[in-house]
Amino acid sequence: MSYPHAFTPRGLALRRFKPKVLSTSYIALPPSLPHHFEAGRKMSSRRSRISEEEISELVSKLQSLLPEARRRGSGRASAAKLLKETCNYIRKLNREVDDLSNRLSALMATMDSDSAEADIIRSLLRS
Amino acid sequence: MKSSTRNPNPNPDTPRFGPSKLMVAFRFLRALTLVHRTAPNSSNAARSRRIQRAAFASMAYSAGPRRAWSRALLWRLHFHRARRLCAGRSRAAGVPRRPSTTRSPADELRRLVPGGTGMDYCSLLEETADYIRCLSEQVKLMQSVVDSGGPRGR
Repeated sequence: MSYPHAFTPRGLALRRFKPKVLSTSYIALPPSLPHHFEAGRKMSSRRSRISEEEISELVSKLQSLLPEARRRGSGRASAAKLLKETCNYIRKLNREVDDLSNRLSALMATMDSDSAEADIIRSLLRS
Repeated sequence: MKSSTRNPNPNPDTPRFGPSKLMVAFRFLRALTLVHRTAPNSSNAARSRRIQRAAFASMAYSAGPRRAWSRALLWRLHFHRARRLCAGRSRAAGVPRRPSTTRSPADELRRLVPGGTGMDYCSLLEETADYIRCLSEQVKLMQSVVDSGGPRGR
């Protein structure tokens, strides 16, 4: 998959410099400026260069990853719903990681070191 | 496993889609033993937080720097660790929040996926797919560790 806009020098510079600055905004600060910048970039002609086919292909790929039993025929049309379900799925996965780490720490409290490592190694070799 | 049936390549060592499972497992194991060794008497909450951090760190390290979400995640981990090391600086709740009036699902996704705020729509979708894949594998890995670590004497 090639995204021509990402490999121009401007695209590379943006990709190189942006995550360092904007990870702080991910933590706390309001990313007002990058969003305006981003909105301008979206509304420019670059968005039309990225065809709708690529977007729908990505959306369908995302949809295939979600644990949905039902496969709607026109599910691809509702991109907003798909994004919402993706958000819910990510939140659910984060909750599961939290819960599993709680259980793991409870397990570690009851175990001594030797059997803990042996159990972990055995489980990892099995998976 | 679900991913093994979907992936036509049954060998887990070849990283066809993202990091290989064995590498993630190895890193996670190492981090777990480190957590167990260094602070065996700490509270449950602190240890579970360390385990959670170890899980995300092993995920991000195995994904490597070629993914934007792993870069952002690693940066965030280092940043938080640096902030914790020079402790005494309490970051109070005086942080300005974003206005929640203009909230679209894409913005929600940007907040959930690490490093998502600096991306355009296509890269965001791609990174989300990769992130979901790695995160679900991490969850499966942790689940298997918990499952086989439960009953003693196996």
